[in-house]
Amino acid sequence: MSAQSLLAARRPVPGVYLALVLTVAIGWLVVMLRGGALFNQATMVSLLHVAAGLGLVAVGQTLVILGGSLDLSVAYVVSLSTLVAAETMNGSDTALVPGVLLALAVSAGIGLLNGLLIARFRINAFIATLGVGLLLKGYLDSNYDGPAGATSPSLVQSLGYQRIGPVPVSFLLLLVAAVAAGLALNRTRFGHHLLAVGGDAEVARLSGVRNQRVLVTAHVLCSLCAGLAGVYLAARLGSGAPRVGTEGIYDLESIAAVVIGGTALAGGRGGVAGTVGGVLLLASIDAIFNQLEVDSFAKQVVRGVIIIAAVAVYARRTIRKGRS
Amino acid sequence: MTTGDTLLRRLPRVRAGGLLPILVILGVLLILVAIRQPGFLAPGSLMSFLGRSAPIILLAAGQYFVIVSGEFDLSVGSLVTAQVVIAARLIDGEPDRTWPVVALVIVSSAFVGLVNGVITTWLRVPSFITTLGMLLILVGAVYFWSDGSPKGELSEQFRRFGRRAFEDVPVFGRVPYALLVVLVLALLAIVLMRSDFGRTLVAVGDSPRAAELSGVRVARTRTIAFVLSGVAAGVAAILLGGYSGVSFQAGSGLEFSAITAVVLGGVALGGGRGAVLGAMLGALTLELLFALMNFSGVSGTVRPAVQGAIILLAVAVSAARSPSD
Repeated sequence: MSAQSLLAARRPVPGVYLALVLTVAIGWLVVMLRGGALFNQATMVSLLHVAAGLGLVAVGQTLVILGGSLDLSVAYVVSLSTLVAAETMNGSDTALVPGVLLALAVSAGIGLLNGLLIARFRINAFIATLGVGLLLKGYLDSNYDGPAGATSPSLVQSLGYQRIGPVPVSFLLLLVAAVAAGLALNRTRFGHHLLAVGGDAEVARLSGVRNQRVLVTAHVLCSLCAGLAGVYLAARLGSGAPRVGTEGIYDLESIAAVVIGGTALAGGRGGVAGTVGGVLLLASIDAIFNQLEVDSFAKQVVRGVIIIAAVAVYARRTIRKGRS
Repeated sequence: MTTGDTLLRRLPRVRAGGLLPILVILGVLLILVAIRQPGFLAPGSLMSFLGRSAPIILLAAGQYFVIVSGEFDLSVGSLVTAQVVIAARLIDGEPDRTWPVVALVIVSSAFVGLVNGVITTWLRVPSFITTLGMLLILVGAVYFWSDGSPKGELSEQFRRFGRRAFEDVPVFGRVPYALLVVLVLALLAIVLMRSDFGRTLVAVGDSPRAAELSGVRVARTRTIAFVLSGVAAGVAAILLGGYSGVSFQAGSGLEFSAITAVVLGGVALGGGRGAVLGAMLGALTLELLFALMNFSGVSGTVRPAVQGAIILLAVAVSAARSPSD
């Protein structure tokens, strides 16, 4: 790991966009041969909606992974956020802002807990966020059987369904979040410090970086992103959904999108642009499967294979680079 | 933080991975159960409880091999589900098919472990990604194969391993088959950990680099650990299928229970420290805790939260006590 971390801190926008273009081209061809159309308005809109939800989570996940950490609790944070938002709003537009703010505050609180457990108590990130995830699962399982609350109608209309041409507002929200995260990484002291901590925590500490504070901040931002995804999903679904996060496999899919986007799982290298590419790639595969009417369970098998294969490809590349 | 540190360091120093803490917790829980539900400790019901706990004890032992070598196996719960559903469909109520299917379940579980191990060690995919991916694949495949609802049924011969017992045994009351299975396999696991392989496994988890430099084949050792975890899940599937029947929920969440049990048993996550007996006692303690919660009228849905809290507490305590880091 230390040998890898001595490599260049950043790479150019990764080859994920090439993979995206190839996938879409092949998918388009296969769908067309079957007599369907991949590029009609409905497919594009649903593709971008899928990308918006996953993308928001993945942008946050990118930050913690760059810092050498990881967040497995995001799926439960997403579910919890939908419930907090929808139950606070309770179907009225006047409670829209408090609902959104409360959902984000609760999410940030969970991020703070994750960050403190990892940075201050030095618990392995995988275990800490797994433990926090299980705590949230216990809370959700024992308090909710099904959908609860009602999202403000105006939020449903705007964030949930409004779009400009084929581009949903939610996808624009993702782009804003991604650009903000990108600027934070490349233009601010926090970003430089985060990459330094992810590259080599000891070296960063010796150069005067406050590792704990940087990591905790990254975790708060990561959970905020997951909370934002929850608000979007509450707007999309019209109510809070206690299992929407786990059913969407947001934990594993967000990590997969980050890794496919060229960010090293060990931290220190990568960026948000690649992650958005990874998200678009996963969403396109999803759209192509839908067009081909692949059985949803078979789709899950293929997803599992793709995730493992993608990580394996990047792992091999890292080994080669590390040796050369 | 500093005061907490010194306080923890001042506690009597227990050897890392020692069995004392888990034995104390187990003892305390036994006393609490005895107060709340005195009948629970009668030989017959105690033996039934031990038999019921057999699957999770086996899964904890399997998970222990993987964790002590420095990896994780999150696929065991879905493997249990897959095997129970597959066994039911293949047997389809025919008694003659029992033994071939038992053999198939164990061999194919070992194969799943082998795939996990090979992907993790040779393709260098982090084990939590490999095994979470495997979880998706197994769950998806088994739903796909059975069109969304389990088909067929297990034969009585298959089910007896998990639900039958030697009745009217003097002193013990009754001895479930599952208990005998778990005792034999537990003994094998302890013997294995005392062999050269066991020492190698711990060395790999402690420091893969040092182990590699002293001539250990790290990849092969870790792969064997995954195979052992797979086999444990296969046997657990046979016992669980027998005890609770066929459903898509047969194994759900068991991977987290197994990890909780292992941590509770004093095994360090990240590898290199802890005993397999500790992991198995951890599983027993966890089951006893759930039984106590059940007697106290606590809903089963808070189980994940309890497991999460145990994992965080156990790891935080051990992190605070290890001076280095």
